[in-house]
Amino acid sequence: MDGFDAERFTRHGFGGHGAALGMRYHAHGADWAELALPYDEKLIGDPASGVIASGPIITMMDMAASIAIWIRRAAFVPHATLDLRVDYLRPAMPGKTVIGRGECYRITRSIAFVRGQAHDGDPADPLAHVAGTFMVLGSW
Amino acid sequence: MVSTLPPYAATLGVEIERDAEGRPVLLMPFGDDVIGRPGFLHGGAISGLLEVAAIAALYHAIETEGPEDASVRIKPVTVTVDFMRGGRDKPTRAAGVVTRLGTRVANVEATAWQDDRDKPIAAARMNYLIVRD
Repeated sequence: MDGFDAERFTRHGFGGHGAALGMRYHAHGADWAELALPYDEKLIGDPASGVIASGPIITMMDMAASIAIWIRRAAFVPHATLDLRVDYLRPAMPGKTVIGRGECYRITRSIAFVRGQAHDGDPADPLAHVAGTFMVLGSW
Repeated sequence: MVSTLPPYAATLGVEIERDAEGRPVLLMPFGDDVIGRPGFLHGGAISGLLEVAAIAALYHAIETEGPEDASVRIKPVTVTVDFMRGGRDKPTRAAGVVTRLGTRVANVEATAWQDDRDKPIAAARMNYLIVRD
């Protein structure tokens, strides 16, 4: 496959775990991708407040970073998450869609370096900050 | 007791088991809802399992070590997940260890494994803010 079309790749939504969470495509650029995670009761981690768990945000940031790497590599080729760190700046507001932006800011023959942020409406008021690395692999 | 899990844990299909000492061990069956690429668990689902295991371990520690009642809330501050192996088509277990439970902060480590607990598929370090009302 020559090139990688993030919008086309996600046009029919996600399968597996992404589908179970209700994750959707939002936007992308030359080295970044944004996904959307609409609020859903099944994502709640704290029933008392209705705040969603941090796990779904990790999933979204992992996937957004993955798509950013595929865009950057211009191909749908395999990689594996090596590590991912998420800082929770504040809880996501119950009822609001969370937008997660992953960026691949550096790629070598072996490693892709990613970073990203998540917000629930105002990019200037992020709720999570993410940094991670992926092992770059050959072909499927 | 940590007997009720949040809706997100149900979304992952996670259930609580106990080890010989009564500490919580979380079990996540393999299924369509936790798949990433075909035949493998999604890294995010593994991370979610680790998070649920860490929180269960933390509540267990708060209940067994502290005299306080259940009016303690915990807030995640940082989570760092290392992925060692792909998660295969089989059940995954995870357990957390509270390395320090302070007045305001708790440090928790969690590991996830499939066949052999000594061969983790992923591990996480998590720092939580403790809010004692």
